[in-house]
Amino acid sequence: MSDATTQERPATLSRKIPAPAVTIESKPFWDAAKEGRFLIKKCNDCNEAHWYPRALCPFCFSDKTEWVESPGEGVIYTFSVMRRSPTGPYAIGYVTLDEGPAVLTNFVDCTPDQLKIGLRVKVKFQDTEKGPPVPVFSPL
Amino acid sequence: MSIKGKAYIMGAFEHPLRDAPNHSTPQLHAECAKGALEDAGLTKDDIDGYFCAGDAPGFGGMSMIDYMGLKNVRHMDSTETGGSSYLLHVGHAAQAIAEGKCKVALITLAGRPRQNQGGRFGGFGGGGGLTDGPPENGFENIYGGTTHNTYAMCAARHMYEYGTTSEQLAWIKVAASHHAQWNEHAMLRDVVTVEDVLNSPMIADPLHRLDCCVVSDGGGALIVTSPEIAKSLNRPKVKIIGAGEAPKGPKGGRDLDLTHSGAVWSGPIAFEEAGVKPSDIRYASIYDSFTITVLMQLEDLGFCEKGQGGKFVADGNLISGVGKLPFNTDGGGLCNNHPTNRGGITKVIEAVRQLRGEAHPKVQVPNCDLALAHGTGGSLGTRHGSATVIMEREA
Repeated sequence: MSDATTQERPATLSRKIPAPAVTIESKPFWDAAKEGRFLIKKCNDCNEAHWYPRALCPFCFSDKTEWVESPGEGVIYTFSVMRRSPTGPYAIGYVTLDEGPAVLTNFVDCTPDQLKIGLRVKVKFQDTEKGPPVPVFSPL
Repeated sequence: MSIKGKAYIMGAFEHPLRDAPNHSTPQLHAECAKGALEDAGLTKDDIDGYFCAGDAPGFGGMSMIDYMGLKNVRHMDSTETGGSSYLLHVGHAAQAIAEGKCKVALITLAGRPRQNQGGRFGGFGGGGGLTDGPPENGFENIYGGTTHNTYAMCAARHMYEYGTTSEQLAWIKVAASHHAQWNEHAMLRDVVTVEDVLNSPMIADPLHRLDCCVVSDGGGALIVTSPEIAKSLNRPKVKIIGAGEAPKGPKGGRDLDLTHSGAVWSGPIAFEEAGVKPSDIRYASIYDSFTITVLMQLEDLGFCEKGQGGKFVADGNLISGVGKLPFNTDGGGLCNNHPTNRGGITKVIEAVRQLRGEAHPKVQVPNCDLALAHGTGGSLGTRHGSATVIMEREA
């Protein structure tokens, strides 16, 4: 698409995101988010990564789960652009991380027609009011 | 029938903590479950029944089943009677086991009132302090998920994997509208076309306004009786011959598959108990929060092959008197009503009308002797509970 058509392009997707509910169990994730690091949980017994992060592995029920840093890269599993929104369109979807688990998120810094199932995306953190920054994804 | 001698308590665990500043409430529930399983010598994959009360964070048992990764649950009960809930659950678990509805039931209680200032779940956060609500909240609720866009995500993936089209989804609304025209109480009585659906505003890609159900007030009620009482009453008898239920959630995000619902588990359980197959069903009430809900459930219940739902619903196949599987002859949630955003009971009510021969003459299925009602509650795109009921008219 050439620059000449810029005015006709749909607006870049963005969304104001509220502060997340932080629990004692999820606090390490959000503390790392403040440093721009994306953590996931991995089980030291079955070696599987899971999402959202839990103290006990949802696959083998081991309590030997560990926080590990992830590059936060993966592909779009599915998405939907919410058109009926008082604050403008926004995109919600799942990303299948390279480590395996699928993550619910918003897609930003792209136009709706750029989004495709299978598109490679990467995490970034978006500031919230009165809370830690939250992970969102944009095309690589 | 009695529960006497039909069930045993084989695992028990009491959490050692009396002050738990470093545990979340879901974690306490899970640690109790793990302790009881280890005591019994079982694993979590053996659990096929889950019982909890209001102390379990989330939506009935849905959040805790998903948190713990319980993947074989086929019976759920979140009856809440305060501190007596768990004794009542023992009785309910024994009933479920006696009836063959489950074999290994898990009952949990946990909480941390010493940590949670400002209510059981400590409010909903936002001020920088810690909260203790449903475990998925912080990681999901912030992204603007609504019923529309989370069901839309399922539709998008179904289209991607199976080539399902918006035109095919639209046929579901068209069929519902053909039925609603005869229902004087229906909110939307105008017959619509595929084009009308496609030309209605996009709400959440790929779902249009007319792919969505109505929002309505209202309600419904049912009376279920013993065979003796049924015989004494002067009404046609609708016999319950099969029931199945199952939860579904992302369960750790591995192998996320949004192209099917929990009906893939609840359906076969109900059909097996009833001793009938999908092709025997004369009328089906299928939960229709959105057109995609209907399409996926029809596939999952076995009315057609997986991925063939689009072809199955096209060309009026769901219209009474026209197609092979008359559905939602009251107009359903798509056109009639969806009381308090929970249409489950109206699905049973229209199935009862059909079996009694009391549906509107224009939509009454001739000699309707076997009907199915199926519901999905929660979100198809995150976590939901599925339930299937099969009913028979008794002469």
